[in-house]
Amino acid sequence: MKKIGLLIEIKDGVLKPANLSMITAARTAGHHLIAILMETTTPRVQDQLATYGVDQLVTAIMEPPGWNPDRWAHAIVDVLKKNDIHTLLGLTTAQGKDLLPRVAAILDAPLVMDCVHVDIDEQMAKTSQYSGKTLATFHLSGRTILYGMRPNAVTPVPHPATPDITEHRVDTSKTTGLEVLQVASGQSGMQNLSEAEVIISGGRGLTNGDNFDLLVDCAREIEGAAVGASRVAVDSGWTPYAMQVGQTGSKVNPKVYIACGISGSIQHLAGMKTSDLIIAINLDADAAIIAHSDYFVIGDLFTIIPALTQELRKNKALL
Amino acid sequence: MKIYVCVKHVPDSAATITVKEKTDIEEAITFLMNPYDEHAITEAYRLKDVLPASEVIAVCVSKPDGEGTLRSALAMGADRGILVTTDRRLDPIMTARALKAAISQDGQPGLILTGKESIDGEGMQTMFRLANLLSIPAATNVISIDPQNGDVVVRCEKEGGAQEKLKLKRPCLLAAGKGLNTPRYPTFPDIVKARRKEVVQIDLKQLDLPEPDSRVDLLHLAPVIEERTPKEITGSPASIAQQIVRILKEEARVL
Repeated sequence: MKKIGLLIEIKDGVLKPANLSMITAARTAGHHLIAILMETTTPRVQDQLATYGVDQLVTAIMEPPGWNPDRWAHAIVDVLKKNDIHTLLGLTTAQGKDLLPRVAAILDAPLVMDCVHVDIDEQMAKTSQYSGKTLATFHLSGRTILYGMRPNAVTPVPHPATPDITEHRVDTSKTTGLEVLQVASGQSGMQNLSEAEVIISGGRGLTNGDNFDLLVDCAREIEGAAVGASRVAVDSGWTPYAMQVGQTGSKVNPKVYIACGISGSIQHLAGMKTSDLIIAINLDADAAIIAHSDYFVIGDLFTIIPALTQELRKNKALL
Repeated sequence: MKIYVCVKHVPDSAATITVKEKTDIEEAITFLMNPYDEHAITEAYRLKDVLPASEVIAVCVSKPDGEGTLRSALAMGADRGILVTTDRRLDPIMTARALKAAISQDGQPGLILTGKESIDGEGMQTMFRLANLLSIPAATNVISIDPQNGDVVVRCEKEGGAQEKLKLKRPCLLAAGKGLNTPRYPTFPDIVKARRKEVVQIDLKQLDLPEPDSRVDLLHLAPVIEERTPKEITGSPASIAQQIVRILKEEARVL
């Protein structure tokens, strides 16, 4: 039975839902799951981890505490070594992209990021390559193996367990030449695209930045929804780059992607075509996105989106 | 003080990818410089005056065709190029070793710039491995670079528009995000000048690198075939809205 480390990501004291998907992906292998936490957590977080089947919770205590990607990477390596863990899963989020490759580099261990599927026993992982046009299956060889899961690639399945809870004091006297001067938070209320369940996205058809308020109003009526944008909207200065979905923006995998006034360039599709359900709203019946949608509306988003917002509010009122 | 920029020779994201023989792709398509590397080269060119640095050297590990991407780098401001050639598909572990060997045998890096990821492999890790091999600090998704004394202060883009500010001791490695700058595309005179700049080709075998214990092997590449059957939703805006709500509720189960 292998020991599998799960690098848990907490945001503002709350467990990101994507962690549960990762636990389920690791759980199928039937090994000993060890959640690695980089900060002290609430009983609520510990309960959630236990409900989804973690066998052990290890909290790394660093002195001084606080975010520093290099110090955290060395701390994670310390936890892996002291607990004899040779398989580590993490999330392919902004934090995961900053930590997993650093850990892999320190250990000189193989790593595949953005995995949509992993087979821990066979040491195999599947991920997209070539702008989402292909699915690559890799075999990883080495003493320690690392996987970065795509957030929400796997549907979480509860598997209640009663984990042992321990702390691990990490030696962080090692200086690394990297200092964090400021951990800033971004614009408040901006949902993280790569983890949103529903994304309402706008493109050229929005015609200006103010019109994106229509999409924001609509997204507000759906829990876990975020607003995205095509490259055209970002390049035109209508929305910040953080909202861009596409090859050189965020790669997203939501349950629902609603594309408004987006023609559907290859560059854009590369970022969202793995969405579970795609709804396109466009005046142009020949827009490329139509062929890639599950449902489409040939119509004016400026009437349809407000109507949708209205209908969502009505629906909420009924609950 | 030298600035090295690692550039990758990748298929155009608009190109049709045809899988041949399980793990290869048809290569008679357009290849170009990885988009994020364009930001890296542009920044290196700017920093050459700011630091100041003696030269900007572009380094690429690829099949011999990669010279095209190196010439683009030269046209965009690099002074000379190093092409490490191989017919093998290298994983990030080996690529980092090849880059490290090529750079170390050339000179002492004061700064290394790369893109934050490649649009073909999407491994997101080679730069961290390279930094580790050189024992220098690294940061990714860098959107501003401000050299200060012997350090550099950078801003990095995180999720949801959040940004953090880091200070790294030099020499260090910085991986460019899209917000770093607007790429400085070459003029025709730049392209002509680039033809005369030096490109040194080194075969990977000449670097005499031992095979690492760890590796990532590509077993299989499959085209992603979409199987959606688009269905039209028609009616008045109110009716369309109702139908969409029903889909969200009953089919997608997000309400």
